[in-house]
Formats: sequence, C-alpha cells, structure tokens
Amino acid sequence: MATYDGLFNALGLREWCNSGTSDAPMSMADLISKTSGDSAESSLWTIPFPSMDAFNAACSNFPQSRDLTQGLESGFLSVKDSLKVVLDPLTQPLSWMLSGAIDVMLSTPWWILIPLLLLVTWAVSRRWSVLLLVAITLCGLAFIDHYEYAMQTLAIIFVCALICVLLGVPIGIAMSRSDRLQRGVIPILDMLQTLPPFVYLIPLIFLFSVTEPKLYGIAVILYAIVPVIRLTDLGIRLVDKEVIEAADAFGMTPRQKLYGVQIPLALPNIMAGVNQTIMMSLAMVVIASMVSAPGLGILVLRGIRNLELGVGLVAGLGIVLLAVILDRVTKAALQRVNRAQN
Amino acid sequence: MTNSTNNGDKRVKISVRELYKIFGDDPESVLPYAQEGMDKPQMLQEHGHVLGLQNINVDMREGEITVIMGLSGSGKSTLIRHLNRLIEPTSGQILVDGEDVMGYNEAQLRKLRRERMSMVFQKFALLPHRTVLENAGMAQAVRGYTRRDFEADANRWLDRVGLSGYDAQYPYQLSGGMQQRVGIARALAANSDIMLMDEAFSALDPLIRTDMQDLLLDLQQELSKTVVFITHDLDEALKLADHLVILKDGYIVQQGEPQEILLRPNDPYIVDFISDINRARVLRTRSVMEPTTQPPEGSSGDVDSNDTLESVIAKAEGNTAKVFRVVHEGKQVGVLDMQMVVRALVPTGASSEGIRAAAV
Ligand SMILES: Nc1ncnc2c1ncn2[C@@H]1O[C@H](COP(=O)(O)OP(=O)(O)O)[C@@H](O)[C@H]1O
Ligand SMILES: [Mg+2]
Repeated sequence: MATYDGLFNALGLREWCNSGTSDAPMSMADLISKTSGDSAESSLWTIPFPSMDAFNAACSNFPQSRDLTQGLESGFLSVKDSLKVVLDPLTQPLSWMLSGAIDVMLSTPWWILIPLLLLVTWAVSRRWSVLLLVAITLCGLAFIDHYEYAMQTLAIIFVCALICVLLGVPIGIAMSRSDRLQRGVIPILDMLQTLPPFVYLIPLIFLFSVTEPKLYGIAVILYAIVPVIRLTDLGIRLVDKEVIEAADAFGMTPRQKLYGVQIPLALPNIMAGVNQTIMMSLAMVVIASMVSAPGLGILVLRGIRNLELGVGLVAGLGIVLLAVILDRVTKAALQRVNRAQN
Repeated sequence: MTNSTNNGDKRVKISVRELYKIFGDDPESVLPYAQEGMDKPQMLQEHGHVLGLQNINVDMREGEITVIMGLSGSGKSTLIRHLNRLIEPTSGQILVDGEDVMGYNEAQLRKLRRERMSMVFQKFALLPHRTVLENAGMAQAVRGYTRRDFEADANRWLDRVGLSGYDAQYPYQLSGGMQQRVGIARALAANSDIMLMDEAFSALDPLIRTDMQDLLLDLQQELSKTVVFITHDLDEALKLADHLVILKDGYIVQQGEPQEILLRPNDPYIVDFISDINRARVLRTRSVMEPTTQPPEGSSGDVDSNDTLESVIAKAEGNTAKVFRVVHEGKQVGVLDMQMVVRALVPTGASSEGIRAAAV
C-alpha cells in the first residue's frame, strides 16, 4: 500500500486509477522498495513528499516524473524537423563564414598573417606597448607550434564577435527607444547570461549535426551577445538629456539624432560591451570544443580526456595569452574613444 | 508711462494664451480644477498632479528681451520649452508670428525649430565629440549644409563672441564661460529671429556672468532679436529685461516693465524679492521724474532719461537741494529733484502708495 492511496480514494478517483492496464514501467524507487521487502509502512518520519512518483505509486494512471522529461524530449523532437526547415537556411551563412574564416586564416602564410594582425592592432590601439605585446604573444605561440590552433580560435572569435555587434547594437538601440521592448528583452538577456554555458549546447546538439560549424557558432553568439546589447541600451539611455534636448531644439530628425548624437556619445559604453563580448566569445569557444569547435580548446579537452597534463596546461596558457591581447587591444581602442570625447 | 524703449508699438512676436501644463497620469481630468484656480500645493495634495503652469498669458515683442524670473521649480523651464514645443501643453495656445504652433505637424515644427528659433542651455549642451567650429555650425549642419558651406559663417560668429582661434578645439578643452560663448555662437549662427535662453548664465562665475550679460546686450543692440531669457537672479533680470515676467508656483505674479515692477509691486512675494537690491543702481530717472516740458527753476544741469539714480546722486555730490532737467534725445521730458530721488530709494512695501504719488 502506498502512502497516498487514501487521497485518491477520498477524491473518488480510485476507479480512474485502476482503469486501463496498470503496467506502467516501475521507477527506480519502486524497484528498490520491492527488493527491500514490503517495508512501505508509513510513519510520519518517512512520509514522502507528494511528488509525481509518490502519486504514481498510489495510482498507476498518474504520470511519473520521467514522463515529463520524456514528454519534453519527444515534444522537442517532433518540432525539430519543422524548426530545422526554418533555422537551417537562416543559419547556413554562419557555417560558411566560420569555415571560410578558418580557411583563410590557415591558408594565408604566417609571414603575411602575423604582420597583418599587427597592422590591425596598430590601427585600432595606436599604442607601441600593445603592439609589442601582441607581437610577442603571436610569435611565442607560433614558436611552440600552437600557431594553427591559435589562429582557428581567433578566426571563430572574429566571426562571432562581428555578428554579435551587427545584431546586438541594433537590438540595443531598439531597446533604448522603447521601454516595453526593454522590459521584454531584459529577462531573456538575464537568462542567457545565467544559464551555464553547457546548457546552451543541449538543444543545439539536437537541432544541428555536430559536424556543422554553425552549431558552436550559435552557442558562442548566444552566450556572448548579451553585454553588447545591454551596454548599447544603457549607453544610449545615459546620453546627457540636455544634449538630446539641444538636438531636438535645433530640429534634428530622429535619424540625425541617432547617428549624429546618440551613437557617438554612447560609443564608449558600446565599446566596453564589445570588449566583454569578445572575452565571452573566447570563454565559450573553449567550451564549444566539446562540440567540435577547432582551436586551442581541442588541446585542453585532450589534456582532460587523456590526462595529458602538459598539453592541457600549455593550451590553457595560450588561451590566457589570447585573452590578454584581445582585452588590451579593445581596451586601448576604448581609451582612444574616451580621450576624443572628454 | 514715459518710457521710450518699451512703448508697446512693437509687433508681438510670440504670444502665449491661457496656457496650462499639468504633469501626472491624467492631466485632462484635473485641468478644470486648475482652470478654477486651484493652486499648486492643493493640486498635488488632493489630486496627485503637479501643476506646472497655470493660466499663462504673455506677449513677447519683436526685438525685445523678455525675462522670465522665478525661484527654482516655479515653472520657468517648462514655460520656455513650450515655445518650441519640446513640451506639449495640457491646454492653451502659442502663437508665433500670429500662427498657432499647436497646429503644426512634425515637418512644420522641425522647420520652426531649425529656422525661426534657436536655444541656449544652462549646461551648454554642446556636442562633446565635435569641434568648436562644428558645434557653432550645428544648426546649418542639421539643415543639410556641409562644413564647407557653414565654415565661414560659423567662424564669423565665433569671432563675434570672442572665440577667434578656438575653432579646432573640443568643448572639454574650454572653460565654462567659453563653452557658453560657443553655445551663443551656435544659436546666432542659426540666424533665427527668436533666441530662447534657459538660465544661460546661471552656471557661470559672477565676473564671467557679467561679461556674458554685456555681450548679450551688445549683440542685442546690433541684431535686435526677440530674446526670451530665463533667470532666477533679480539683478540679472533687471539688467537685461525690457519686459519682466515673474513666475511663482506656475502662475504669473506680475509682469511689466522692470522699473514699473520695482516701483509698484503688486504682491508681498515681489516685495520680498526686491527688498534686497540696490535700487539706486537699477532705477532710472525716467521712472521717478515728474514728466513735464516746463524747464525747472534753478536747474543744476541735464541728466539723461536713462541714467540711473546712482549717477544722479554722484552728479549732485550729495547736495539735496539740486534740481535737474531730464532729457531724452536732446529734448526735455521731465524734471527731477533730489527729494524724488531719495523717496524712490526707500524699499517699496507699505510705502508703495507714497512712491506712486511722488512718481506720477
Ligand atoms: N516631467 C515632469 N514630470 C513631473 N513634474 C515635472 C516635470 N517637469 C517639471 N516638473 C515640475 O514642474 C515644476 C516646474 O519645473 P521647472 O519648469 O523645471 O522649474 P524651473 O525651471 O523654474 O526651476 C516643478 O515643480 C517640477 O517638479
Ligand atoms: Mg529650470
């Protein structure tokens, strides 16, 4: 006899409970209690929480909690195909961009690519110290034969961060203009930011095949887009009210105001968001190596799987170095913007 | 009134009619109470709405400086922002050149703001990422002109406000006073008839403030714009105003020529306000003289109708027996003896009747 038999009897549901075949699969708890003899004697101390499984024990037509997870799974699988019809063509360009970027980075000879990256560094930061740091880091990684892995990681970050900015800045602008939209989007951003990175991968694995670059591309973008959206929204909302009033008083159109005043004045905040977005892309691209994202993360994963301590540690150090140079370069760019404004 | 600068025959440029502004969730529903005369504290307590402006009627004349004065929170900024509809009224009319601005659509409103009104702000509100020159040319840039088109014009106005050679600097590199000069150059370069100035000099140090007031009066001599100037400072108001409007809790306590208000305050609130000022420096001979074309006996000389009483006292060297001829543009308009001067210096209050008798 189960604890909650009485409840179903009292509610007059006994007949419904016993109707139909009661050959529902047994839960683990049932099995254990069965093997340990009929000790289902209920004292107040051992009374189980009225959970789905406890009700099921009393009434076999009541669903078990594993039906919930299974229902979710079959529900997801049933919409998966129609979802794919929409999502596949939409996300296909991402796959092309990612594999294209990796191809280009790897097929360009090092003696072109490294100077090119240094040139970009200079253009963005205009600081000798930063340039030197980047040069030493890239050459150092190349010297210990981690050049290809590092370039793969960089290629993925460049593509994903670019897409984050292209999508995130307009979303942030839209949010700054509508309080309703902001109220709707902020919970989604909170969720994206608090979900542990691994959790993103679960539905994505079902949707896309593990061999497709877009799988990890989407995971990285979802995770890293949050700061650029938040800080664009915040940056535009923080623009001095009097300056906005001046723009209105001199008859600017909304468009003139956006491009001539709001975006330029929000730029320091937007750049801070881009910096964070790049750092978060790097974090996620390492985790995404579990779903076949190439790069330094693969080596870390090898270190864990095969207990190759040295391989894992060196790759980890490489990731730290990449993080440092990406951070320094974007911060230097941010400082330049700040200096130009006050 | 014997005043010649405020003779009332100038065209009305901006006319505000029965303007009400109520802040809150449902302004329409409480408007009738405001129209019946409910005051600001009562409105807030009984209906939870802030009475911003109550039954405002002002005529602002072409080529004059209309000063709106009141303590902080009296509704000055709210009022000036109605003129270019940065704030929408709850009810009432705003006529500019006889046209009702409330009937304007978005394009017409933009045209009004671009071409007919410009504004100077308390905290300057310059674009921090643009150079001084680009800020000065902002109005033209908004109208679609390129830098090459407006460069000469903007530079000319920068020169005029005393900022030659600063065109390539950024606003943060300038002092507050210089930034506000850029703000004024920006408004002037817009080439509009009307200039709105919301506490334009309040954020500046006293000496720089005096400089800026002189600059404004100078420019006004030259350009004769219709200026609406907001301040909480009575000395500034008296120095600049052709027409003075005193606001309190959203309604107009008194308006008129500044000298008139000084000599005939109609409310204890204004008596309080004016009790501390140096009357000799503000009052002018034309306001306290006895108007007549009869030459006085034993005249000690001529004083101009716009001279201050302070300068008359200096001229009399303390001698209370002297009598002066008051002249305007070479012709006598009145006589002034030292008793009239001394009487006018007594702060007005209960004694206002006496002064009225003496001055009429
Ligand atoms: N957007 C608003 N919402 C509610 N109350 C406002 C708003 N703007 C101004 N007020 C109120 O209206 C009154 C007048 O404000 P304001 O015009 O800024 O005064 P001033 O410029 O004379 O200091 C104040 O009591 C202020 O609190
Ligand atoms: Mg104000």
